Amino acid sequence: MLIRFENVTKRFGSFIAVDDVSLDIEAGEFFSLLGPSGCGKTTLLRMLAGLETPTEGRILIDGVDMVGVPPNRRPVNMVFQSYAVFPHMNVAQNVAYGLKIDRVPKAEREARVADALALVKLSEFAHRRPDQLSGGQRQRVALARALVKRPKVLLLDEPLSALDAKLRDAMRGELAQIQRDVGVTFVMVTHDQDEALAMASRCALMNRGTLQQVATPGDLYEYPANRFVADFIGTINLFEGTLSVDAPDHAAVTTPALDAPIHVDHGVTGATDAKVWVGVRPEKIAMTPASGPRPTGPAAMPQANVTHGTIMTSAYLGAVTFYDVATAGGTMIKVSAPNGTRSASPALPAGTAVWLHWAPDAPIVLLG
Amino acid sequence: MASARGISGGSRSAFWAVFLTPALWMMLFFVVPLSVIWAYSFGRTLGLTEVVVTGTLANYVRVFDPVYLMIFAKSLVFAGVTTAICLIIGFPYALVMTFASARAKILLLLAIMLPFWTNLLVRTYALMAVMRTEGWINDGFGLVGLGPFEMLHTNFAVITGLVYVHLPFIVLPLFSTLDRLDRSLIEASLDLGAGHLRTIFQVVIPIVWPGILSAVLLCFIPALGSYLTPDLLGGPDSQMIASVIERQFKRANDWPFGAALSFMLMYLTLAAMAWRALAERRAAGKEAH
Repeated sequence: MLIRFENVTKRFGSFIAVDDVSLDIEAGEFFSLLGPSGCGKTTLLRMLAGLETPTEGRILIDGVDMVGVPPNRRPVNMVFQSYAVFPHMNVAQNVAYGLKIDRVPKAEREARVADALALVKLSEFAHRRPDQLSGGQRQRVALARALVKRPKVLLLDEPLSALDAKLRDAMRGELAQIQRDVGVTFVMVTHDQDEALAMASRCALMNRGTLQQVATPGDLYEYPANRFVADFIGTINLFEGTLSVDAPDHAAVTTPALDAPIHVDHGVTGATDAKVWVGVRPEKIAMTPASGPRPTGPAAMPQANVTHGTIMTSAYLGAVTFYDVATAGGTMIKVSAPNGTRSASPALPAGTAVWLHWAPDAPIVLLG
Repeated sequence: MASARGISGGSRSAFWAVFLTPALWMMLFFVVPLSVIWAYSFGRTLGLTEVVVTGTLANYVRVFDPVYLMIFAKSLVFAGVTTAICLIIGFPYALVMTFASARAKILLLLAIMLPFWTNLLVRTYALMAVMRTEGWINDGFGLVGLGPFEMLHTNFAVITGLVYVHLPFIVLPLFSTLDRLDRSLIEASLDLGAGHLRTIFQVVIPIVWPGILSAVLLCFIPALGSYLTPDLLGGPDSQMIASVIERQFKRANDWPFGAALSFMLMYLTLAAMAWRALAERRAAGKEAH
């Protein structure tokens, strides 16, 4: 592996920013550190850059212990959140700055600067001053300035947060493309889960200084390790209940929130009668009119995974419609329905009585 | 439309009410007296207390007498050397202050501000006590068998005193400039491989250059007009122009010549400010290309 955090802890006074984090990142990955603000992700990135020193633990890059190595001697470069483009240098001078320090000969330097500017599509802007550039262009300068040094790792601190929504979407694809083109390992900090899911090959979700889960975007969404992950990534219905059946290949949870038990097609490594949480994503819940027959649950437990409810509110978003459905017991369930066919009235009106049901592979049992 | 009428009505009288007080104050206590002195500079004394404004340029011709030109030149050199030393001491000091912890920042600020809050006369006499031939410094040298050195009433004493007095004038504006500098610019420079010295000379100084010029001017102008420090610490050959001006108004009782000397000093100050404005415009012009 290229980067290894070994039991890294960082304290600022009595505040623990990063709490005993161990993490490996492989070469060539587009790795994302994700989490709410104050979760320690930026501190972790800054420790990798050498801008902060771990209180405890070791950080290795390519097998070399980085503790005590100053930022200017590390094989990493960073794209700062504010871009930090030098205002007194033009675009080409900004990009050449790091190469001049490395005493790269002039001819090679100019060629590399030209290549880097071409990579970020800024060739015509080489002689512009930073104050004559847009935010997106300044970010490209910061990217070129870091990549031209050919670092082993490129660090990105909230790279898209200062851009407007349209540009952010465009840059998402472009950053991922640049990463594939240059093959450099990217480590990106973001609080925006869409950004992390869309770009990263793997994500580490953090909360209060600790790692919650390290997984691919798909696993993070479909197989969250705990309640925090399930709740942070996307939208989910969480029901607190008791494990009533715990077989190797299936399990059932009874919950006071619903009349019927929840049946899942995976075993749970917990004792029967344990308190657990069950999560069901809104798009995995099917909705049928209450006038129709009661849907049947899984063969092993036909009464499970079905509930009756009334639509309270709906939000039509074009591609999908979100519903808040209340059960007779007062539990609110979020349901999303794709608008697969064109319709004059795509959202069901509030007050409509419906059946909600889901497949046994839809719920996930969460122990923590 | 309604709001436009509002400005031309109530807001306008409010504007005049706020504006007139300081405007009148400035007229009465700054513009009028200064104009009187300016008029005096084109006149001559008549008897003991009277001055007649004759429109003569004789006072200005006298200013260009080599004796006075030398004193002007010496004042410029003293102020220049003082400013240079203040900058050499003050820039690193302000830099350290910028990056110090909140607690250390307050202590460093106090260290600069405490003398500033103490009466100048007290500070100057204290400095005399330290630098006297029988003072503490020479006592210290005496312990190791050196000296005593004649320090008081020399140009060295004047420069030392001027640096001591004017250090806050350069440290405070430099600190406020450096404190506003985006830290990530410094971090980016380190991240790109630069050492600390290179970062200071190639990133920090070029970016805060306008702030440095302002600080230099804020130090240079009062240093140029220093009166008490050279008078008390200096010897016979370390007079600065303010002492000469004072002598014209008091002992020589030659108000017209004193006025002409004062206005020469003011023109020099204005020239320094014009240089600052030009330097800023040139920097802005360079940025546009």
